Amino acid sequence: MSLEVEDLVITLGGRRVVDGVGFSVPDGARFGIIGESGSGKSLTALAILGLLPDGAEVGGSIRWEGTELVGRDDRELARIRGREIGIVFQEPRTALNPIRTIGRQIGEPLRIHEGASKRAAMARAIDLAARVRLPEPDRIVRRYPHQLSGGQRQRVAAAIALACRPSLLIADEPTTALDVTIQSEILGLFERLVSETGSSLVFITHDLAVLSRIATDAVVLAQGKVVEAGPVAKLLSAPVSPVTQRLLAAAKTMSWKGEDDD
Amino acid sequence: MSGQQRLRRPRAGSAGFRALMTSPAGAFGVVVVTVLVLSAGISFLWTPHDPQLTDPFAKWLPPSVEHLLGTDEVGRDIFSLLLVGSRVTVAVAIGSAVVSTIVGVALAALGSLTRRWVREAVAVLIDILIAFPTLLIAMMIASVFGGSLWVVIWAVGISFGVNIARVTRPEIRRVSHSEYVLAGRAAGLGPVRNLTRHLLPNVAPVFIVQLSWSMAVAVLAEAGLSYLGYGAPSSVPSWGRMLSELQTYLAVHPLSVLWPGLAITITVLALNLLGDALRDATDPTLGRRAPTTTPTSPQGVTA
Repeated sequence: MSLEVEDLVITLGGRRVVDGVGFSVPDGARFGIIGESGSGKSLTALAILGLLPDGAEVGGSIRWEGTELVGRDDRELARIRGREIGIVFQEPRTALNPIRTIGRQIGEPLRIHEGASKRAAMARAIDLAARVRLPEPDRIVRRYPHQLSGGQRQRVAAAIALACRPSLLIADEPTTALDVTIQSEILGLFERLVSETGSSLVFITHDLAVLSRIATDAVVLAQGKVVEAGPVAKLLSAPVSPVTQRLLAAAKTMSWKGEDDD
Repeated sequence: MSGQQRLRRPRAGSAGFRALMTSPAGAFGVVVVTVLVLSAGISFLWTPHDPQLTDPFAKWLPPSVEHLLGTDEVGRDIFSLLLVGSRVTVAVAIGSAVVSTIVGVALAALGSLTRRWVREAVAVLIDILIAFPTLLIAMMIASVFGGSLWVVIWAVGISFGVNIARVTRPEIRRVSHSEYVLAGRAAGLGPVRNLTRHLLPNVAPVFIVQLSWSMAVAVLAEAGLSYLGYGAPSSVPSWGRMLSELQTYLAVHPLSVLWPGLAITITVLALNLLGDALRDATDPTLGRRAPTTTPTSPQGVTA
């Protein structure tokens, strides 16, 4: 059991935004967290890395490789972030520093966690850029984020998250802000990267169709509570809770639209 | 135009400097500031005439080879006086820039990265301090400690530091709440690295403009305070003092007043233009080579 979340409670401004969430992600698993916006799925992801906004209170337990993460101080968590657990955020337009080159941003985790020299980090950044299939890796590392497309920026974010070969990758709606065609490419990228590195994946989304492609097991969140859990195949074939049924209906209309377009 | 666009690709180091020099405003700013600093330096070693030497037989001489800009009411060489006066200008500009940087960064950091009640207290403090005009603060300090260059430096430094804090504080708030700072933390960056890699570089463009503006205001304030008698003591030649002494003869010898006035005006203009050009040169999202995306700010089109 590499990641175990038990009875997680997050209070933000006096409101319980996450209320008793629990799940476990074994080594090498592909796990999904699905829910409508405001269901607390992103906060759950941030809580794992200890990145909740100021004023948020966390209760319950998050165990990573057997050690408790809740209540650990920032310095200790910083050693885990990026090295053992990587994360990719939803919005590729704002997730990269606008005034640093792509190469330096990809190389940053290597410089922090592995003490790589500037040169070594840049060489590794070029390799990583190639692995996430960025065009012309040796040239693109000298570019700035605004010179890249949304899909390319999300590839950069994936390269940063995977730079130190973390054993867990958290992807927080990494395809939501992208065009449908790019979405599919990025999903393919995550599938490939996870199977290549053998790391486990926690994929957060509100789209059951996306989830069915990438994850095997999932929890469904609504208003901060787990309303359903189990294999994704079961969620698709026999959804129990009304929330899951709604998500399934939404996913179906979306895919019908897709077929019409073809 | 297209050639200029192509060259204006901002990069660190020498390429960034080239980008600065290819914009007319930047080149003008760099040249004027260089000349200013050089003349202040040279004035320690050499001036055409002793700037303090009075000569009753050489009063109000017109510009000539002997006296490039003519002489004043007691026969001193105006060009030599300008050279020596530039020392004060440089000292005041640099001094008040240092003070306003310290005051500004400290207030902005306290007002944006601390606990909520501290932040709000600092915000109120900034609002109160900003209500005091620079000259008033300077006169208050001068009336307590007597007039000197330090008064000018501290007065401009403090009042502009507050200004810098006012503009920089929301900028730090914005950047520190941005997703790339969060992403930086998620990649394992500690608070110090996040500050030096993400926070400060992204706040710098706003800061640089403010700083160059504060230097320009310092030059003006020195002139104004010296004019009012609060600035440099009478033994130290400064442009403001020259202006106040020569303007009494404005009706008779208008040309002589022109020189210190012109020197002040050009310096202030150059500092302002330099600030703008520096901002453009340090921001890679402005003045890009090939517009792959839509411009993110109007400067990207016009600059």
